[in-house]
Amino acid sequence: MSKPSLEKVYQWLEEVKDPEIPVLSLVDLGVITNVTISDKVRIEMTPTFVGCPAIDYMKNDIIETLNKHGQEAEVDINFKKSWSSDLISEKGKIALKKFGLAPPPDSKLFTDLEILENAECPRCSKTNTELRNPFGPTLCRAIFYCNDCKEAFEQFKPV
Amino acid sequence: MNNEALKELLYKMADDQLILGHRNSEWTGFGPLLEEDIAFSSMAQDKVGHSLALYTILQELGEQDPDTVAFTRNAEQFHNSLLTELPNGEYDFSLIRHFLYDTAEALRFEMLTQSSFEPLAQLSAKIRGELRYHTMHANTWIKQLGSATTESITRLQKSLEYALPYALGMFEKSPFENALISEGIFAGEQVLEDKWKRKVEEVLAQTQLQLPAWDTITPHLGGRVGKHTEHLQPLLDEMSEVLRIDPTAEW
Ligand SMILES: [Zn+2]
Repeated sequence: MSKPSLEKVYQWLEEVKDPEIPVLSLVDLGVITNVTISDKVRIEMTPTFVGCPAIDYMKNDIIETLNKHGQEAEVDINFKKSWSSDLISEKGKIALKKFGLAPPPDSKLFTDLEILENAECPRCSKTNTELRNPFGPTLCRAIFYCNDCKEAFEQFKPV
Repeated sequence: MNNEALKELLYKMADDQLILGHRNSEWTGFGPLLEEDIAFSSMAQDKVGHSLALYTILQELGEQDPDTVAFTRNAEQFHNSLLTELPNGEYDFSLIRHFLYDTAEALRFEMLTQSSFEPLAQLSAKIRGELRYHTMHANTWIKQLGSATTESITRLQKSLEYALPYALGMFEKSPFENALISEGIFAGEQVLEDKWKRKVEEVLAQTQLQLPAWDTITPHLGGRVGKHTEHLQPLLDEMSEVLRIDPTAEW
């Protein structure tokens, strides 16, 4: 089998989704930090949160997907390049919003709780909202309430 | 690089995160309000995750695998500070401990982003970002309840006075202090303690809580050298209960 191009590998990796947010590929999530192609495809990735329970699942999913495309693959999980919510691609942010999750604001703006208030509601796109809990159902989500929609929504946390 | 010094540092940090992570998880289903239930459960997951990452670095330095290290040691082999092993008590104590501990932990990881030991510096850069949510959570509630009602202020004040000697025990000096500093691995417990005191003073000044003079508090030491309170072994027994039923089971 001939060596695939880097572009091709990234295309295949687009098929691997975040198990908790199935509209978001790992590439758009920003957790793939390096890809090298030699006798096999070597992928470096980094977790969104250190305690993320889905990391092993993602790793196996990458290997299975590449195997399916006839490639031998190896995944190394490390912290060489540390993940930040700023690494989510624009395409990824749009996908998050469609999924009903408010995309994360610029993490550099986040210095205090006040900054986290007034996230944009993914339903009505307005910011008449309030932070209810910086800790949500998974490590990467916070809970907000929209005063216009009178409903709670979740935000992908800036980190 | 001085591996013994490095291991001692990693063990105490990992054990702190594991033990307090376990204590935090005991709030799952018992929080005073649902949001706090979720907050302590999330912080538990973060902290146990941090301990796993630190035990993984230890494994790369030749120690046993993380599960063996986490679940098969006895109390005297643990290096966590006494503060982390104390029972949760009422919410006021858990909140005060959370505040005192996470303020120190956030500063420790902040300092370690400068470590000459690259894997630890990289991990610390990551953990530092996550801990902002923990310190933010603690500060918000301390400021709110520390200035709310007579009952909330009295309760927090009592817990603060009880917790402070244990909190100072977090900075118990390591026998490798000089090696850690001279090799640029970690700037040392004294530097951390000073930074921590300034931060604690800054937050408490925004409340009606009274901080006793530091020199009137005698630190409760011993945790870093395996001398623990009677509360640690029962916690370890409970934590490893499932593993001990069938240590060879595949999960
Ligand atoms: Zn809305």
